[in-house]
Amino acid sequence: MKTHDVAIIGAGVIGTSIARELSRYKLDIALIEKEEELAFGVSKSNSGIIHPGTQNPPGSMKGCLCVQGNALIRKISKELGVDFKEVGELIVAFNEDDIKELLRLKKEAELLGVPGLRIVDKDWLEKNEPNLNSVAVCGLYAPTAGIISPYRLVYDLAENAVRNGVEIFTKAKVINISRADKYFEINTSLDLFKSRYLVNAAGLFADEISGMLGINDFKIKPRKGEEFILDKKKADLARHLIFPLPSKVSKGVLIIKTADGNPMIGPTAEDIEDKEDFSTSDSGLNKVLMSARRLIPSINDKDIIAYFAGLRPVAGDDFIIRHEEKCPGFINVAGIQSPGLTASPAIAVLVANILKKNELALKKKLIFHAHRKKTMHLFEIPLTKTQALIKKDHAYGDIVCRCEMVSAKEIRDAVRRGAKTMDGVKFRTRAQAGRCHGSFCTTRIIKILAEETQTPLTGITKRGRGSEIVRGGRGLIND
Amino acid sequence: MIKRDLVIVGGGPAGMAAAVSAYENGVKDILLVERDQYLGGILNQCVHTGFGINYFKEILTGPEYADRFIEKVKNIPEIEVSLKSIVVSLMPDKIITFLKPGRLETIKAKAIIMATGCREKTREMVHIQGTRPAGIFSAGLAQKLINIEGLLPGKEIIVVGSGDIGLIMARRFTLEGAKVKAIIEIQKETRGLLRNMVQCVEDFNIPVYFNHKISRIYGKDRVEKVSVCKVDDNFNEISGSLFEIKCDTILMSVGLIPENELIEMAGVRIDGNKTSVPGIFMCGNCLKIYDLVDWVTQDSFLAGKLAATTIELLLKPGSHSNTMGAGLQ
Ligand SMILES: Cc1cc2nc3c(=O)[nH]c(=O)nc-3n(C[C@H](O)[C@H](O)[C@H](O)COP(=O)(O)OP(=O)(O)OC[C@H]3O[C@@H](n4cnc5c(N)ncnc54)[C@H](O)[C@@H]3O)c2cc1C
Ligand SMILES: Cc1cc2nc3c(=O)[nH]c(=O)nc-3n(C[C@H](O)[C@H](O)[C@H](O)COP(=O)(O)OP(=O)(O)OC[C@H]3O[C@@H](n4cnc5c(N)ncnc54)[C@H](O)[C@@H]3O)c2cc1C
Repeated sequence: MKTHDVAIIGAGVIGTSIARELSRYKLDIALIEKEEELAFGVSKSNSGIIHPGTQNPPGSMKGCLCVQGNALIRKISKELGVDFKEVGELIVAFNEDDIKELLRLKKEAELLGVPGLRIVDKDWLEKNEPNLNSVAVCGLYAPTAGIISPYRLVYDLAENAVRNGVEIFTKAKVINISRADKYFEINTSLDLFKSRYLVNAAGLFADEISGMLGINDFKIKPRKGEEFILDKKKADLARHLIFPLPSKVSKGVLIIKTADGNPMIGPTAEDIEDKEDFSTSDSGLNKVLMSARRLIPSINDKDIIAYFAGLRPVAGDDFIIRHEEKCPGFINVAGIQSPGLTASPAIAVLVANILKKNELALKKKLIFHAHRKKTMHLFEIPLTKTQALIKKDHAYGDIVCRCEMVSAKEIRDAVRRGAKTMDGVKFRTRAQAGRCHGSFCTTRIIKILAEETQTPLTGITKRGRGSEIVRGGRGLIND
Repeated sequence: MIKRDLVIVGGGPAGMAAAVSAYENGVKDILLVERDQYLGGILNQCVHTGFGINYFKEILTGPEYADRFIEKVKNIPEIEVSLKSIVVSLMPDKIITFLKPGRLETIKAKAIIMATGCREKTREMVHIQGTRPAGIFSAGLAQKLINIEGLLPGKEIIVVGSGDIGLIMARRFTLEGAKVKAIIEIQKETRGLLRNMVQCVEDFNIPVYFNHKISRIYGKDRVEKVSVCKVDDNFNEISGSLFEIKCDTILMSVGLIPENELIEMAGVRIDGNKTSVPGIFMCGNCLKIYDLVDWVTQDSFLAGKLAATTIELLLKPGSHSNTMGAGLQ
């Protein structure tokens, strides 16, 4: 059995960021994930906001890492060819009390080092955010806020990490871990792994992984957030990310711009028990609509084309990122609630430093491939450029998903780059993510997946075993 | 840029009838653009009978009805058909762009007829909450999977809504040996044709719950069950009426929406049966939702004729692109 220098449990944005960061060094790294594909945990269902760092208590770990992460993500997104757009955020005040609160937030954020903050007045709001509720009196403007596609970030980080030598294992659920000699023995549903260092980035299940090594001093409590996606036709609903004043448990219901062009409203914040309860509810929808309309009154529920719920892995008020002295070589990266997506590149650097402090030699590789060729998406380029692309490869002209304009070529490429499921194709290409919800393209996508992965059509799943799309061929019902 | 007299977008019954009629009314340069690999539109997956009773005075299946028009179109050399070609842009000055394998084409037309059909409403549009597992299909997708791909989406079926496609699919699943557990309709009565209620539902003893709605979908990976409740006149849940039904598949048949994104993108307004741009016409399900294909054919003939008149006026020396209001009827 091969011994890895570092094993990382969990291929969400945190685990893959850490893997990619460590792949700069001469290390054998294993990234171990229980799901069929990467980014199928918390990292697929969030708001996709690269926060500027506002709304975090000064001195908090999450606040500092958020500000650092916001700065780092710019370089990383360029290197990897993931689109990052700096759209800016507005926190809106509706009365005198709100203004006081806004000023307090501004001060706190400045202590954390959030750059460029300023208060904008009613005139500014009217000019720059025309659909905003006219009752708004002023806003706190944070220019460094941005948006990114959270799953495409994970896939591109992973692809780059693999290019730099990281080994990724999916469908490998960690069942127990023991420490023998100077090694961790990690028993999974796929295989037994052995490593000198172990990083726990298991998201909602980080407490269980930690518990396997006898460290039980934190519990992960899921905090559910329901989000509702609007039709692309409404892309101009808002020009910035729009926030109300934050509450104790969350940043409130926001008007979100997404990397894919659809506006989104949400999320709710509700503490629940079940780590696998991703259901949405009528009450969630009503709450989100009511709160969102306070910001933009013209929002119409008829424009909703999709929705989902995500669970924030909450362990107290802050992130838990530390080397466990009781278990040398074991690093917990737990309780990575919001703004975990933003903080991910900074968390990766922090974890590398913690490993170094604990005697892992970090020797730079002679060659680290920092860059990755950007993935082509027809929907991102003007029609004038499409022509040349189709000339180069005919399959770019073969449109499979009509709502989002995704070609057979892009879908085949996505499968060749690692998509194994319908959701994997959707997250990578946007096929099925539009207003018809796959009514048009499902049949062709399952065929392409079946062909490329040499799986029977009946074996194609939405997101892994048990979620097969069809249940058999015609005439085969009596099995 | 290539110039054409008439471009028709969509090769379903509407587009084909419009093409034939434009030709018969004098247009000699017609391009029919269809994104699928064959003509016929939605008819290709409607293997049941009930088409053509009015127009052909015969009872045909969907593909048979389509074939009669496909034959006609094929026999008119002045109608050029471009398959696997999806129109992605329409401009108010009648410039149209489509993609096909290996090519992007931009065409300036004298007249354009949009015959792009419709799409089905989804579970998300009617806001049914719960989980998002595999096993939720629009009825039309299920129809395509069974009738065209030979695949069976599921074995224990709930149909949401009693539109025609839902009713027809309830029968189709039953014939395939699957169990249709219920049809859930929020209204007091069906929106489908009476004949479908009788032939597809009553004849097969499929339970229909009127004044009921799905309140939640359950299941982690695949649909496991739904909860259903009775509703009052405002479609609100009547308390105490909730019950559950086990199933592995949910078919949505809750209505159709005209496929009008291209028209909207072009800033063309639809006003009753007319569009705001002279020379841009619409017909078939993208203009309004039809129950019967026979009426689609009839109205689309008119659209073809109107387009022909516009083109004729333009061709006449000395005349301007003018008064000829777009639209039909
Ligand atoms: C509604 C919502 C909105 C949010 N919005 C934002 C935002 O706008 N901006 C922002 O910065 N942050 C946001 N966040 C927070 C952000 O999404 C998370 O902080 C981040 O995704 C956490 O990533 P992760 O890698 O720790 O977790 P995950 O993505 O869950 O990764 C953990 C992985 O570990 C795997 N795993 C678990 N147990 C095992 C096991 N036993 N064996 C093997 N693998 C295992 C899981 O399958 C999973 O893939 C939001 C969160 C929510 C819920
Ligand atoms: C399940 C079902 C059962 C029915 N049963 C009956 C029945 O029993 N009897 C009856 O008389 N009628 C029935 N109908 C109604 C009838 O079939 C329809 O009204 C008719 O097919 C509509 O014709 P259409 O040409 O407008 O649309 P469609 O048939 O949908 O054709 C539209 C065409 O446009 C193409 N298209 C769309 N956008 C683009 C683009 N951007 N670029 C290129 N091409 C594009 C599409 O691919 C499609 O081929 C039924 C309909 C359905 C769905």
